Amino acid sequence: MNPIKKRMLINRIILILSSLSALIGISFLFWILSVLIMNGVDAINWNIFTFEGAPPGYEESGLKHALIGQLIIVGVATLIGVPLGILGGTYLSEYGQKSKMAYIIRDISDIMMSAPSIVIGSFVYAIIVIPMGHFSGWAGVIALTIIMIPIILRTTDDMLQLVPSTLREAAFALGAPKYKVITSVVYRGAKVGVLTGILLGIARVAGETAPLLFTSFNDNFLNTDLNEPMASLTVTMYNYATSPYDDWQSLGWAAAFILSMFILGLNIVGRLLIMKRKGR
Amino acid sequence: MATIVDITDEKALEVKNFEFTYNGAQEPSLKNITMPIAKRSITALIGPSGCGKTTLLRSFNRMHDLYAGNRYSGSIEFEGRNILDAKEDLIKLRTNIGMIFQKPTAFPMSIFDNVAYGLRLQGIKNRSELNDRVEKALQDAAIWKEVSSRLKNDANGLSGGQQQRLCIARAIAVEPEVLLFDEPTSALDPISTQGIEKLVIELKERVSIIIVTHNMQQAARVSDYTGFMYMGELIELGVTEELFVTPKERLTEEYITGKFG
Amino acid sequence: MKTNILDKIFENSTRLIAFSILLIVAWIFTVLFQNSLDSMQGFGIDFITGTKWAPNLEKFGALPAIMGSVISTFLAMILAIPLAIGVAIFLSEIAPEKLKSPVGVSIELLAAIPSVIYGMWGLFYFVPIIRDIFGGLGIGMLTAGIVLAIMILPFMAAVTRDAMNTTPDILKESAYALGGTQWDVIKDIVIPYAKAGIIGSMILALGRAIGETMAVTFVMGNVHKISTDITAPATSIPVTLANEFTEADTDLYFSSLFELAFILLIISFSIISISKFYFLRKSRRA
Repeated sequence: MNPIKKRMLINRIILILSSLSALIGISFLFWILSVLIMNGVDAINWNIFTFEGAPPGYEESGLKHALIGQLIIVGVATLIGVPLGILGGTYLSEYGQKSKMAYIIRDISDIMMSAPSIVIGSFVYAIIVIPMGHFSGWAGVIALTIIMIPIILRTTDDMLQLVPSTLREAAFALGAPKYKVITSVVYRGAKVGVLTGILLGIARVAGETAPLLFTSFNDNFLNTDLNEPMASLTVTMYNYATSPYDDWQSLGWAAAFILSMFILGLNIVGRLLIMKRKGR
Repeated sequence: MATIVDITDEKALEVKNFEFTYNGAQEPSLKNITMPIAKRSITALIGPSGCGKTTLLRSFNRMHDLYAGNRYSGSIEFEGRNILDAKEDLIKLRTNIGMIFQKPTAFPMSIFDNVAYGLRLQGIKNRSELNDRVEKALQDAAIWKEVSSRLKNDANGLSGGQQQRLCIARAIAVEPEVLLFDEPTSALDPISTQGIEKLVIELKERVSIIIVTHNMQQAARVSDYTGFMYMGELIELGVTEELFVTPKERLTEEYITGKFG
Repeated sequence: MKTNILDKIFENSTRLIAFSILLIVAWIFTVLFQNSLDSMQGFGIDFITGTKWAPNLEKFGALPAIMGSVISTFLAMILAIPLAIGVAIFLSEIAPEKLKSPVGVSIELLAAIPSVIYGMWGLFYFVPIIRDIFGGLGIGMLTAGIVLAIMILPFMAAVTRDAMNTTPDILKESAYALGGTQWDVIKDIVIPYAKAGIIGSMILALGRAIGETMAVTFVMGNVHKISTDITAPATSIPVTLANEFTEADTDLYFSSLFELAFILLIISFSIISISKFYFLRKSRRA
């Protein structure tokens, strides 16, 4: 066979193989998505939002306890993690800049972002659950906060660095002190990017299950006291899905559906924000 | 109507009523271009940026086909056939019509493998033939002396000017009929530029050359024919000395005297 | 004068918080290490080489869990790497412009879906298939490896595509201009150019996979037994932690779990560091 023909044949074969693997990969992923939507839509009804957990077989059982618990744990973790992350990121971008220390902090944060979350759970177990003597909402909050800080810190750092230095110089030239320049000019310039980072950070910790298993643990009833064990959507989903009861499994799918839509929604909004900024 | 000089010599390429439209565009970027390209000579394309000179150059090896939705019409004749034909074998066409880019494009491999790349694509595996042809191409590109002792080294270690000559060696190793130069010195210092210009002039012994340049002096120094393009059209094609000394078109005159551009 | 003080306060509080990241990481290592001491002193190297995990006998050997982590991750990587490269090549070089963006975005969105969902899907939809094909319970190393592969695929494909996309167009065009086919350009230009980035992405995905808990907990079985049959129930470090932290009842049991967590932390920290500091840094410089 002439070499050019041979190359073109090989080319065709590889292109087909690669398209095929893309097809396989994508169809697996859409399989999961469709399973999620079909089971989720089937399982969703009004009871889910109005009733707390109940023993298997009860008509009047829902996910109210888990939804509220999830909101509290993720909400409080966000309230603590976001300001800390933003301030830490501010240090890297505005003060640490290209210093060796700043790079070490960046690198360690990057590693933390990929580190196993169950290890964070074990750590929080040791420092909170053991001294307190029992599982608690706070322990879950702390675990999620530890996961969240490096994410917010790194995106804030990146986004602040994108603010043109001429903007800072212009503000300095007007005689503004540095903290004023940062809080009134730099933050404003990086607003959209930092907001996107926050949304993606929330999306990331909202799906965490492993670090909650033995920190906030679970509760089949509504509890709003962070000093006590607290239900979350993820842990409830895990418990219900691995139970042998059909109605609990169905509640598990409902929880999976609600959680996934929430997380996908945050990701889509984050993307739209980035696109809007790039468009301008 | 454009003023086109009569070329009595043999022609390498003949462009006839050529139009080119980018994907999604309403208006063609190149309009009604008819021009002969003389064989074994250098044709320069000049004109203000956005005039379509690079777009025209990239039509000769159908580089535009890499991106979907671009459309050609008219014809470009090469070796007795219309290369715009849907049945044209692009792989073969591109080995016959080579190209040098604005920036040096050394591949992430050794100096030797860079030059041997096109040869290997053609199925040449014989070690001694590869050695001979790589050496010859490097000598023709006037870079053999500098690299002969480090052929196994990564090509990205060379200087910009050396890399560009390596790219020329890579292009001539496959012995093309035509070479397209797309502003080959725009990323180089004056000394390297001089070297490349000298090399281009030497190469016309063997290949027909079309060179796009934003630099009128460069066109005047190296080319035999010069085409002036403006807003997607070829305004004038003439013998280089004549076009620069006694342009026939008012637009050409305004451009070369610096009234716009 | 007043603004000067405020300036200092602001600067120092940001510095304190940024440095506390290092402190937290150091604290995590210390706490896990200290809590592992009982087990380390009690079992020494036997903890890592021991195959018997019997809480009721106060005997803890972690080899089944360690092997489980290694084998399930290995299986996942073998399955995911070719698929991820295929998807990445498709997205960066082959797909028509109209498909690139929607397919690429859906892959990225799928990477954002929490791993617990993948685990649940695996339990309800994949375990029955494995059971039908291989018999047995359908849970175990093979199932875990496959579910893990599918979970890691979107992330791996997306980062590999990003690495491939760093290849300058002009370099690819140069190879086309010499008469290369798409495959010639992919194998000779894109892959060599993006090599460090691609390998770094794969290793980063490995680092994530080895510590992944929820995608495998559903389908592993948590059985501390080394088996030559990859379709038999097994366990891994994260699976053991997820299942047993709430069950542990003695100090030695807790300490053994902490030692497992400590080992996992060291393994994943090292893998991620290699990826970040060696390969991804190199690719950024290029």
